[in-house]
Amino acid sequence: MNGKNDKWGFHTEKSNLITLDSNDRSLVNILAEQVPSLNSCFFCGSCGATCTASDDGMNFRLVHLLLRRGELQTVNKIIRSCLLCGKCTLVCPRNVDTRAVIYNLKILIHELH
Amino acid sequence: MSVNPKKRVAVVGAGVAGIAAAVALKRAGVDADVYEKESGPGGHLTRWHALFPGRENAATVLQGFLNEVKENRLDIRTGTLVTDIRKENGLFRVTTGSGECSEYGAVLLANGFRLFDAARKEEYGYGIYPRVITSPDLEKRMEDPATGLLIHNQAPKKVAFVHCVGSRDAKVGNRYCSKVCCISGVKQAIAVREQYPSCEVMNFYMDLRMFGSGFEELYQEAQEKYGINFIRGRVSEAAPTLDGSIQVKAEDTLLGCPLKVTVDWLILLVGMEPGIPGSLHDSLGLERDDAGFAGCRNKFLLPGYSSVDGLFLAGACAGPATIPDSVNQGRAAALSAIHYLNGKV
Repeated sequence: MNGKNDKWGFHTEKSNLITLDSNDRSLVNILAEQVPSLNSCFFCGSCGATCTASDDGMNFRLVHLLLRRGELQTVNKIIRSCLLCGKCTLVCPRNVDTRAVIYNLKILIHELH
Repeated sequence: MSVNPKKRVAVVGAGVAGIAAAVALKRAGVDADVYEKESGPGGHLTRWHALFPGRENAATVLQGFLNEVKENRLDIRTGTLVTDIRKENGLFRVTTGSGECSEYGAVLLANGFRLFDAARKEEYGYGIYPRVITSPDLEKRMEDPATGLLIHNQAPKKVAFVHCVGSRDAKVGNRYCSKVCCISGVKQAIAVREQYPSCEVMNFYMDLRMFGSGFEELYQEAQEKYGINFIRGRVSEAAPTLDGSIQVKAEDTLLGCPLKVTVDWLILLVGMEPGIPGSLHDSLGLERDDAGFAGCRNKFLLPGYSSVDGLFLAGACAGPATIPDSVNQGRAAALSAIHYLNGKV
């Protein structure tokens, strides 16, 4: 269905519809238990704007949002470029410990695999 | 009582603004008649369960207002609809539904607001799907925990709120912001989570306008302590599923993706619409502002002064207002009316 090189010369893209009913959104709850400040995030984007690895696609706001919606496919790829430099934590207006979230997320994903 | 009508004030509406105005007039020794179309004073406050931002019990606050009515021996003519007001030779002639006429030197309009009729937003199915309710409906349900949001005696699992229903919407002719629904939505989301701790609560919003003292803090508390999920995106439509729950569609505008979710209840945060009947605008020559509420002469220097000399405005009839706003406006308008009667303005 999603192959780019299908036999007929055309293909269908995967739907980008978020279906909250079936998506697994438990990961964000585990993270929020480990780092309670995560729940304070209001997605302002300061973290993404200041990110050292933004050229490589890293964006804390986006990662958090994808976790919240249970859209996990790209999360692992995105956070791979995070350098854990902590600049995002310095700029966060709601004092979210963003660095600790990514750090814990990396461990969780490592444990899952 | 044969008080000179030139020294009397008619207060139209015995909601919080009207009560505050009438109390202020009475305390200043000015004779005032209060007209109320409902069977008792209190206005919309009588239909509310808890108030933002502190979630105070609305009945207790209402009782406070009623005590003021009693202590000041206010004469409230309940069940009396004002059908016409005309200004002739410097006096206002107020006519009621029963045809009774009285004359006053000044009139203080505190007609309040009408709730937006959610059925007008047909895409949400209010009045068609039983699990789509409005914010006032929820207040009523929360008064009785035995009803609440229980479904076949089970706690709901998912509840969604829709912000800006009937506000900021050119399709229904209301481009203005109703001001109080944002914080009402946050307060109600917390109430649902408190009542049903296992229920997931989502608020679909376009902007969150936390303008008042303690509002932003309550919003943050809603996220941190109650885990409310705020999703930026306007719900485009609601449809029932086979079991009666409601499927909603929105765009998650922060992700740029369409989103679908099924909820047990969909709660529409309805806005405010102007409460002064068009006929009064016509008979008085009372001007409206861009949003259709009664306009004031100068919003900086003369708030509460309508376009008509001797006619003053207080509360939500002059634009969406909170309870403290309305009380302050009621007192201010009372003082303006006194100045007018004394020939100082």
